[in-house]
This record gives sequence, C-alpha cells and structure tokens, in this order.
Amino acid sequence: MKQRKSMQKMALYLKKTWVLYLMMALPVSFAIVFRYLPMTNIAMAFKDYNMFKGVWDSQWSEPLYKWFEVAFTSKDFWYALRNTLILNMLDLAIGFPVPILLALLINELAFRRYKRFTQAIVYLPHFLSWIIISGIAKQLLAPRTGVVNVMLTNVGLSSVNFLTENALYIGTYIALGVWKEMGWNTIIYLAAITSINPELYEAADVDGASRLKKIWHITLPGIRSTIIILFIMNLGRILGSEFDRPYAMSNSLVMNVADVLSTYVYRVGIRGFQFSLTAAVGLFQSVVCIIFLLTANAVAKRFGERGII
Amino acid sequence: MVKSKKRIIDDVIIAAICLLFVLLCSLPLINILARSLSSPQAMINNKVSFFPVGLNLNSYFYVLKDSAFTRSIWWTAFLTLVCTIISLVMTTLCSYPLIYDSLKGRKFLNSMMIFTMYFSAGTIPNYLLMKQLDLIDKPLVLIIPNCLSIFNMIIMRSFLYGIPESLRESAQIDGGGPFSILIKIYLPLSKPVLATLALFYAVGRWNGFSDALMYVSNPKYAPIQLKLYQIINNLSAIDTAQQEGFASPTASEGLKAASVLFATVPILIVYPFLQRYFISGVTLGAIKE
Repeated sequence: MKQRKSMQKMALYLKKTWVLYLMMALPVSFAIVFRYLPMTNIAMAFKDYNMFKGVWDSQWSEPLYKWFEVAFTSKDFWYALRNTLILNMLDLAIGFPVPILLALLINELAFRRYKRFTQAIVYLPHFLSWIIISGIAKQLLAPRTGVVNVMLTNVGLSSVNFLTENALYIGTYIALGVWKEMGWNTIIYLAAITSINPELYEAADVDGASRLKKIWHITLPGIRSTIIILFIMNLGRILGSEFDRPYAMSNSLVMNVADVLSTYVYRVGIRGFQFSLTAAVGLFQSVVCIIFLLTANAVAKRFGERGII
Repeated sequence: MVKSKKRIIDDVIIAAICLLFVLLCSLPLINILARSLSSPQAMINNKVSFFPVGLNLNSYFYVLKDSAFTRSIWWTAFLTLVCTIISLVMTTLCSYPLIYDSLKGRKFLNSMMIFTMYFSAGTIPNYLLMKQLDLIDKPLVLIIPNCLSIFNMIIMRSFLYGIPESLRESAQIDGGGPFSILIKIYLPLSKPVLATLALFYAVGRWNGFSDALMYVSNPKYAPIQLKLYQIINNLSAIDTAQQEGFASPTASEGLKAASVLFATVPILIVYPFLQRYFISGVTLGAIKE
C-alpha cells in the first residue's frame, strides 16, 4: 500500500518533469562524450602508445611513471614549464593592476558620451583573435618597415627587433596581453563601483574631500573584495597556459623563452607523435592547476569571499 | 566658484588620459587600415603611418580574387552561423532545467557540468578521442566538440534565475508544462542574454584557431583564422598576387594587412549592435551560485 503510494507519487513527479530530463539529456550526453570520455584517454600517460593498437591495447609502460620521468629529464619540458610560470607571473604583475587604474579613470570621466565612446574602444581588442593581433603586431613592429620602428628611426633612435630578441619578445608578449584585455577587465570593476552607496560620496563632498581622497577612501575600498578575489583566482591559474597567444606570436628565434606547456604539448605530441610523453605532461599540468585553483578558492573563502567553486 | 574651476581642469586632464588609452587601442587598427589602402611604393618608402598614401583598393581586389581565401571566409561565416544556433539551443537546454529547484538530481547534474570547466582531459586525450570517433578532418569536428560552454551556461542560468518565479507558478496553475513555459515565458524575456551569448559564441567560432590547427588538415575546411595564420607567416600566399608578379615583400605586406582586415571586419560590424548587451553578460557571469 505504502509502496504503491510512493510509486504514484513518483509517477506524478515524472509526469510533471520528464520534459526537463529530456532537455537535459542532450547537454548531458554531450558532456559525457566530449568531456568525460576523453578522460579515459589519460591512461595514455601510463602506457607506451602504439598507433596500430590504439589506447586500450597499448602496453602499460614499465615502470608506470616512465613518461613522467622522461618529461622531467627533458630540457625542453623544463624550458616550457619555466616559461609558462614566468610569462604568467609577468602577466599577473603587469596585466592585473592596469584594468583597475583604467576602471578608476573611466569612472571619473565627466562627459557621458565620451565615456561611452572610450568604453566602446577599449573593449574592442578583447574581441580580436590572437591570430589577428599577432598579424597586426608583426606589421606594426616589423624592423625597418613597421610604423613603430619608422617613428623610432625618425627621432634618431635605432630600429628595435621587438619579436626576435628574447627580452624584447617577452616584453611585447606581455604588453600585447595587457593591450587586448585591459579594457575588457574593467567591466567587472566598473560594475563593482556602481554598487557603491552614492551617499558615501555625498557625505565626502560635504566634508570637502578631494577627488583623489574620494578614490582612495571610498572607491578603492568599495571594490577591494573584487580585487582580492580576482587576484587570488588569477594566482590559481598561474600554471595554466593559453595556446593561441604563444603559438601565434612565437618564432624560431625566441623559442627558448616563448615555448610554453601548451605549445610544447602540441609540437612534441600532435606534430611529433609522442602521445604518451605529452599526455603525461598534460596530466601533470592539469593536476597541478586544479590543486592551485582549489587552494586559491580556499584562500578566497578565508578572506570572507564567496570563492568560485 | 574657484573649486568648480579646478574640477573642470581635473575633468579635462582625466579625459586627456583616457584619450591616450583610446588612441592606444585604435591606432594599431588604423595603421593596418592605412597600409591595406596604400600603394606598394608608398610602403617601400615607409611613408604610411595612419593615413593611406597613394590610395587604392588593389590589395582588397587581390585578396578577393584568391578563391581559397574567399572560400575560407564563407566557410567560416557558415560555421559561425551553425555553431551559434546549435550552441544557443544547447545552452538553453542545459540551463533551463537547472533552475527548477524541485528537480531531483539537479545538484548532481549541475556539479557534473561545472566540473568540466575546471578539469579537462587535456590536449592529447582530446585529440585521441577525435581519432577514436573518426572526426579528424571532418567538418563536424569544428562544430560539435565546442558547442556548449559551461561558462556561458552559467550566465544564462543566472539570468533565468532572475526572472520572477511567480510567473512560472501562475503558468503552471494554468496547466502549462515546462516546455511551453520555456517557449512562452522564459525565452521572450531572455532576448538580452541570448544576444550576449550569441555574440560570445559567434566571436568564439569566428576567432577559433587551435581546433582547426589540430584536427583539420584538409585546406577545404580551414577556417579563416588558420588561413590568416598561414598568410601572415608566409606559409601560404595570396594566389592571384603571385600570378600577377606581385610577389615583392612590401606588396605582400599590403595583402597581409587586407587579409587581417577581412578577418576583423565582421567583428567590427556586429560589435556596436551587441555592445549594450555584453556588459550585463559579464556581470551575470560573476554570479556562480
């Protein structure tokens, strides 16, 4: 009797919600096939890949951690790891503060139409691909013929090889990253600024506070938690690596400082057919990344923020 | 009176600093535009900065005459359209059921989706999967594997959460099922978020490069970014230009500039229309349950 009642209840529930489950079926099967199924191929990192046998029938490597050992004793891997860390740290040190300053500036802009115009222009680079940006950069910064070098030589300076000398390449790489995302990253700060209570500014006006004082004592504290959480989350991504950006910008002359983990995996793995070795490198990166991210999330929560996971 | 004068001076200084940022972001594009419109002679003599010298449209004509390039543009436009539609459907199908608090297993489904955002199998396992599914060098490989972004799903879910539940409840009392509620109530109210996500998905596909680089070797299916990469790095030339003896490096600089612009212009065209939407999209994305 009781069982029948709960069965009836279940039937009623399903009658109301089966459509929802049917809707979810498509995204769920997508996630299973294209996100979870490839995780089984991580086994590759512990096997000697045989192209004719496929992932399942390839032999387990002896010892199991063989490919990790091979990676950790390879000079190219250490270069890629080092470069990933250095480039990401520079991105954080230089790319992180710029949007905050820009957001403060835009927020102080008095002329409304001009403010909108400024925002429209500085958001734009975010929508350009790294291929397009590298194409623009290669023309703009070309030795002798690029407009930047033409200007430099016109004022009596010598032409600079922005993209083919190690230190300059790193500088250009970071600068272009700032260029692409500085405007876009102001959006989140500007949104945080609008949620600051306007009465605070009115009270400060009554007290005769200067503009800088208001920025320092009201605006910045108002977006402090946003800054902290974004900084911690960016710190959590310190070993992550984009692909398009380093791949589009690098060239053979600066390979030692330009090759990062993602481009290493592509070059040695997909182009060089060393699937097991690069699967091991990829797994190492993913695991370290998620540990960093979880740590960062925990730290953010200790700061009294919501965290992201 | 004195005080307000100082204020105005400050305002002007701030506006001037902002102008620097505006120039910083726009001048590179203006330089490329000027180069694409200039004559080869002017470029050899380094006369082109931000205005075209020896104005002509030859670079554009040469690029347009290259059938491989124009085919790549059309192919990418087609891909972008198809991917955007499929992705919007997938995103709606995924986010809408998740706003029903009473749905059993909702938490599990939700976590299952979010997990894929933080841990991905990696480049090589994904590549091997495409091989196993026999998708390498098939046009579908540029459409299916990235047809749902969990980040965008979260944006949509946050938006749908913001629609008052009372609307849904009154429709339920009138006997509407979940699907008709979605079609009649939720989707018409979701136009802003759908526009934002359409922009994100469309730009993502138009700018997509690495999947094509890794999974596609047949030049027939090369999207515009791959083609552009080859042109910029001299791995592929604009055909017509070479046939007509236009192979001097500076001439091809003009052609490269024109090619870059062809890949940029579609974004510049849709951008102003969608600008008012994407700001709300970004701020919605910051809310993650």
